Amino acid sequence: MKRASIAAIVLGSLASGAACAADSIVIGGKIFTESYILGEMAAQTIEASSQVPVTRKLGMGSTGILFEGLKSGAIDLYPDYTGTLAEAILKRPELKSLDAIRQALSDMGLTISGSLGFNDTYALAVKEEFAERHGLRSIGDLIPIEATVRAAFSYEFMDRKDGYPGLIDSYHLGFNPQKINRMEHTLSFQAIEQNAVDLIDVYSTDAKIKKLNLRLLKDDHNYFPVYQAVWVARKSFVEKHPREWQALLGLEGKISEQTMLDMNAQADIQKIAFGKIAAQFLGAAAPAAHGWLHEVARRTKEHLWLVGVSLLFSVLVGIPLGVTAVRYHAAGQAILLSSAVVQTVPSLALLCFLIPVFGVGTKPALAALCLYSLLPVVLNTFTGIRAVNPIHLENARAFGLNRRQVLFRVVLPLASPTLLAGIKTATIVSIGTATLAALVGAGGYGAPIVSGLSLNDVPTILTGAVPAALMALVAHGIFEVLGILLIPAGLRRRP
Amino acid sequence: MLELQSINKNFEGRSVLADVNLTVPKGATHALIGSSGSGKTTLLRITLGLIPFDKGYVKINDQALLSFTPVEWADRIGYVPQDGGLFPHISAKSNIALIARLRGWRKSRIDDRVEELRKLVDLDPEILTHFPREMSGGQKQRVAIMRAAMMDPAVMLLDEPMAALDPLIRRSLQQELKSIFQRLGKTVLLVTHDLGEAVYLAEQITLLHEGRVVQAGSYRDLLLQPANPFVSQFINAQRTLPDAEALQ
Repeated sequence: MKRASIAAIVLGSLASGAACAADSIVIGGKIFTESYILGEMAAQTIEASSQVPVTRKLGMGSTGILFEGLKSGAIDLYPDYTGTLAEAILKRPELKSLDAIRQALSDMGLTISGSLGFNDTYALAVKEEFAERHGLRSIGDLIPIEATVRAAFSYEFMDRKDGYPGLIDSYHLGFNPQKINRMEHTLSFQAIEQNAVDLIDVYSTDAKIKKLNLRLLKDDHNYFPVYQAVWVARKSFVEKHPREWQALLGLEGKISEQTMLDMNAQADIQKIAFGKIAAQFLGAAAPAAHGWLHEVARRTKEHLWLVGVSLLFSVLVGIPLGVTAVRYHAAGQAILLSSAVVQTVPSLALLCFLIPVFGVGTKPALAALCLYSLLPVVLNTFTGIRAVNPIHLENARAFGLNRRQVLFRVVLPLASPTLLAGIKTATIVSIGTATLAALVGAGGYGAPIVSGLSLNDVPTILTGAVPAALMALVAHGIFEVLGILLIPAGLRRRP
Repeated sequence: MLELQSINKNFEGRSVLADVNLTVPKGATHALIGSSGSGKTTLLRITLGLIPFDKGYVKINDQALLSFTPVEWADRIGYVPQDGGLFPHISAKSNIALIARLRGWRKSRIDDRVEELRKLVDLDPEILTHFPREMSGGQKQRVAIMRAAMMDPAVMLLDEPMAALDPLIRRSLQQELKSIFQRLGKTVLLVTHDLGEAVYLAEQITLLHEGRVVQAGSYRDLLLQPANPFVSQFINAQRTLPDAEALQ
């Protein structure tokens, strides 16, 4: 009875979550300022021209995640750049024109708008005084100092063919690999500001170029491709919502490079909300800003859902797996090993693996969290049961208890302190790991952390980080109480 | 009546028990004695129905072990493990009542039976609410006996009942145990390595060595008519303290 009702609640909530996603237009965005602003712009443009509700999934992890989301229909459109589409998605860097790219995307059921009006290409930047000292004007000027220059490049830049590898070939640069650091894009600005590195990759419209007084090195070879900003959308969305798509096309050619740079500066330097910047540009009233309390409440709900479901899964699946692992040696080793291997997969990588299967949004995040919270529960169930004195098991059998009774009356109660500790570990780990769910558009406390990180805005980061820490503390308290309720009195420490 | 007839048990090609016979008449107390490795623990586990055996039979009141389900057999044989073997996570009362609860006894019936047994073993009623870690060795032993007797089994089986107790408590509990056995009126088999205990509590003794019965009979028989030199050796080895004469 009890079990049936829990299952009903879970299924019911999953169904309602799915229904909610099906009816709205979902707008994605990447994890940097410009993408947040453009995403907001798209959302507000549609909201102004249509009754269809808009869901914002801004601040998702990477191009790959967004593209999978687009293909699977988890998102309808997002802003991207022609160079990125040709290189990272189509894997055909030779495609330069909008038409050629649109043609190639068409086979995937996708389409793009015309250029929004600005080119946001990669560029290399150094501090003004560093440029003066070494006489740096263009990328080629780096050659005399190639062995000593310290660089911080973003992961995407390092791995894209039209990024670092091609750059080295084009300019015959012999950087010292020891001095090339891969780091999160927003952190590289901090690194150059504090003189930890001399050279970073930037987007040419990035506001921080202005703020930190950086010099962009000229690309004499015209190596970096053109990165025209465009809307990328599913064709099915365009067909289903022609009016909304037309409204978005109305923005073609409207945003100049200077305008974009200014808007980025408003976000990065003046800390104006993305929604407000977008509204100003569109000449509309800024969307009603929800107070931070509302934001925290919404994120708490999302976070609790992620943690709660994965925890339920880890308990319902992990404990039986742990019991099985004790009973059957070979299966046990396989179970323990595979859950340990899962644990070693970095969370972002695991999320990427899961996207082709689950799309983007809550589902892959839940799947990843379920897998991560499994090991502590399986391992502690296994260890707890193995630690039960075998004499108690033999005695229980001598008293005529059957297997089931031995398990539920003797083994699990005796193992309960260890078992509960495992569930507690899973919960705390899950609360922490769930912050990464924002990268696949699942929301939660990770959303303000991710957007705060891209703005280098500590207060925003804290609206995610502090509640997450508090949730962990509350979880700790709840488990103290559960310990009193669930661990048999005979095993508890004396007061 | 408990009857073990021609019990044989091989383990990994080695004979652990060979042709073991042991009979405890109804209401009698019998001691199975032997040093460690003699096979007495294996015989105990066979009697409890925990491990299979290769030949022979175990019967209680002429009904064979193999004709019962494990649950039915468990209700016919009350087991007191070494040190009492109480489950540490539940109270004394819950330990005693565990099996009856699983069998669906009503609460009033359980309470009546616990009270009856409590008087019989003379246990302070307050101890019933205690957890094993809060009880003395003697209290644990009594609670374990109550648990074993709860389902009113035909036979009681005790494994090294005094092994973990200190000598003074041991002496007083031995007397206690003897009168408890008398009051219970059960057929009792106790397994021990301690000859003194066996002689004090049991009328008849079976001495096991290397998986075979070396001699069965009263202490008097073992002492005065040893079946072979090992019997005398075993008896003498247990009289460890020199007497006054020897000291002078």
